[in-house]
Amino acid sequence: MILLELFWCFLQIGLFSFGGGYAAMPLIEHQVVDVHPWLSAVQFADVITISEMTPGPIAINAATFVGTRVAGIPGALAATCGYIVPSFVIVTLLAWVYTRYRSLSSVQGVLAGLRPAAVAMIASAAVTVLTLAFYGQRTLPAETLLPRPVPALLFAAALLLLRWKKPHPVLVILGTGAAGVLLFSLF
Amino acid sequence: MSRPAGRLLTLFFSTFKISAFTFGGGFVIVPLMRKRFVEELGWLDDQEMLDLTAIAQSAPGPIAVNASILVGYRTAGVPGALVTVLGAVLPPLIILTILSFLYDRIRENRFVDMALTGMMAGVAAVLCDVVISLVQNIAKQRRWFPLLILTGAFLAIRVLHINIMLVLAVCGLIGALEARARTAGKGDAA
Repeated sequence: MILLELFWCFLQIGLFSFGGGYAAMPLIEHQVVDVHPWLSAVQFADVITISEMTPGPIAINAATFVGTRVAGIPGALAATCGYIVPSFVIVTLLAWVYTRYRSLSSVQGVLAGLRPAAVAMIASAAVTVLTLAFYGQRTLPAETLLPRPVPALLFAAALLLLRWKKPHPVLVILGTGAAGVLLFSLF
Repeated sequence: MSRPAGRLLTLFFSTFKISAFTFGGGFVIVPLMRKRFVEELGWLDDQEMLDLTAIAQSAPGPIAVNASILVGYRTAGVPGALVTVLGAVLPPLIILTILSFLYDRIRENRFVDMALTGMMAGVAAVLCDVVISLVQNIAKQRRWFPLLILTGAFLAIRVLHINIMLVLAVCGLIGALEARARTAGKGDAA
């Protein structure tokens, strides 16, 4: 039965997609393009493009896209549920362990080491997104480090606003989107 | 503390809204959740938020979804986790279902591209803003150890491209050893 097959396939993907996002991509591609005849390589590339322009984790986007193509909305639900079940079980267990043992002094030590590392992870993600906004690619360009003017301006304005006025981040994201359309149309 | 049902509803709608705006990768969820659960609701503190970020990264699955589950469990147990996973998954599920029908028209639209580039700049600013706040918090402790871990982990991830899971494991281990050395040091002094 196709719904069970979708569920089971995405359950395996969910169980082994450590590292989130792009790290899980080869695994998904292997399952839905090579193992199952669900998407062509071009369609899979489309899923990646869509994921870059929508909010939400790429694997859930892929699960929804594949599910819809193969078995309509029930397919989308089966695939997404399958993908989420392993995360849900494992993360809930970790949350339970964290809640129960976090006041132990040895665990406190581990957490004291993890917190600055978590800040470093977020900082690294910030650099990636900044590079993408400034240069339109994930790596630094070889020719010039001068960013494109419109994104650079938007970034500087948004950061100043966030530091001084503390507006809601969602408003800032929507505002820079609108300002982007305006500025790119003008210049 | 609000009534359990009220708390679950708040959790659901908060994660639903947050999930609808996690453009630019899973980590954007951290500043958004920090705004909602630390600053606005006061259900978590900054340290817990960072703990949850590290745990979310260490488990399989998307960081945004894992972080939502963790916040749900921490604030309302297993029912909270169920509600937040639903809130986190529904927006991409709905958006993708609609988009899979409209995709061809949107792909070629240049205004969509302009808006997305602008939003990327905004997302980068939101991430930088939260990093500045968190680094300030660490700097306020006036201890060299967390700053050293921060710098080392950043270089390991960014410059040396070492797997994040490995970086987290090593940082946790160093943290445990440092804490042990410190308590042992106190023991000797006493």
